[in-house]
Parts: sequence; structure tokens; C-alpha cells
Amino acid sequence: MSDPVSAPVSAMNHASYVGIARVEETGLQGMITLRGDLSSATLGKAIKAATGQGVPDVRRVAVDGDSGACWMSPDELLLLVPYAEVEAKLAALNETLKGEHALAVNVSDARAVFRVSNGPAREVMAKLAPVDLSPGAFEPGEIRRTRLAQVAGAIWMEEDGAFRVICFRSVADYVFKLLSVAAQPGSEVGVF
Amino acid sequence: MLTLHCPYCGVNADETELDAGGEAHIKRHGPGSDDNQFHDYLFTRENPKGVHLERWRHAAGCGKWFHAARCTATLEVFGTYPAQVYEPPQDIKDAISAKRPGWSWREFE
Ligand SMILES: [Zn+2]
Repeated sequence: MSDPVSAPVSAMNHASYVGIARVEETGLQGMITLRGDLSSATLGKAIKAATGQGVPDVRRVAVDGDSGACWMSPDELLLLVPYAEVEAKLAALNETLKGEHALAVNVSDARAVFRVSNGPAREVMAKLAPVDLSPGAFEPGEIRRTRLAQVAGAIWMEEDGAFRVICFRSVADYVFKLLSVAAQPGSEVGVF
Repeated sequence: MLTLHCPYCGVNADETELDAGGEAHIKRHGPGSDDNQFHDYLFTRENPKGVHLERWRHAAGCGKWFHAARCTATLEVFGTYPAQVYEPPQDIKDAISAKRPGWSWREFE
């Protein structure tokens, strides 16, 4: 076994559950919280270099694999980068942002990421968040920061209809159980 | 269930996604003010049956503070507006006037 101190492990270490949909913790994901003026050209350049994506519009995500940019608030983005590259990406980001009124922080180990797929993912998520997730109202490319039962979370839909869920690492176990209960066999609602 | 439109992220947020932040447009009386002004700043609040202006925070969403104009008796929402203003914008005042002619709230009408 490798040194337990130096080998990072994600919050739920790839735990998974299969019911009416598949719930899995997707493992280590590099994440950088970036605050600043989202209309700044310098900021846009830094984001492009870090993620390959432009600055997302209000409530939009642009994600390709484990790289991308998620809109969080009018002055905040969550940048996704490969976990192994997060420190290098952060250093490059800070270099480009020198002199800008901006702040970038590595939050990779303070968050957990889940995927809900292979089934009525809309339905599973709609049980947990006060959000209209019906087709047409919520589609791939949109991100929604909301409440998952009793904790804060962010969700977006991928092109194949699967959902990505991000929450604080401290509540990862709670969110995994929440998603699993919402995906229990026989719990189909059939509303969508 | 109260639903407020967040002027920052554009979401119609359900009450359970929001935190109530009390009365809106309170003028801070700090250094240089007298005891009565400071007392009023700390303790004196409107408690209307009807039109009320409040602060809310999209706590589980974008995290931003905003203002809401609503009726405490019917829970009707007249509108929401950004936090960076000292008084309700004219379109909000007009929206209230359309539903509650002759309304007033502190110095606004
Ligand atoms: Zn909002």
C-alpha cells in the first residue's frame, strides 16, 4: 500500500450505488474557485489557458472531460482541471492575473463530485432540489446552485442526460446517501 | 411558499433556497450620530401589515444579497431588485402603486 499520508483520496473513494439510476463518486477532480471581474479580458485569457473554455454565461457550464468552467455567481467561477495539474494551473492562473482584482484558490480537496446516470437521472435529482428539472426547463449546459435536501450543492446536466453533482467534502457522505435513497429500486415517479 | 426572483442569477428561488435578511434600506448611524439615532438604527423597525421592503440572500444559490418588495398580509411579491441601491427603483415603486395605490413605507411612496 502506498503511503496513506501522501496519496490523496477523494471523499467517498469512488463509492457507487445502482438502483433506478447509477450513483457514483467520480474521484479526484481538480477545482479552482476564481473570484474577479468576469468581463475582464485578462481573466478570460487566464481561464482559456487553464481550462480551454471561454467565460461561461450566467448559469452556464462549459465542461469537456475533467476540464471546464462553471458559472457560480456574478463574480465567481469554478474552474475544473485535471487533479494532477491543479497546482501548476493555479500558478499559471495567478501569474496571468497579476495586477488584476481577482482571487484564485485550490478547493479540490474541499469538494466532492458525483455522477448520476443510466436511468431517470432527472427524477432522482428532482426529488432532492427545489428546481424545475423538467425537459425544456433544464437542459445540458445549464448549472444550478441549489439545495440538495439540507445542504448546498451545484448540479448540471451532461449531453447524455447524466447529472454532475458538486458538494462540500464535509457533506459528501450525506449527499451520497441522499442520492442513493433517491435512486432506490421501485422509487420511480414517472413525472418526466 | 414564497418564491422570489433572484436579480443576479435569474432563478425563481423557492423560500427554502433563501435566507431572510430583515428590513431593507436601513441607514447606518455610526460615529458622529447621537444616542437616539444609534438606538433607532439598532432597534427601530417597521412592522407593516401590507407593503414591506426586505433584504434576502440567495443562500443556497449564487450567494448574493438582494431586495424584495412584497405584501406581508397576502405574500404577494411586487418585485425584487439588486442590493446596491438606497431606495427601490422606480419600476418597483410603480409595480407597488399599481396594486396598492397610496402606499407608503418609511420615507418612500
Ligand atoms: Zn441568485
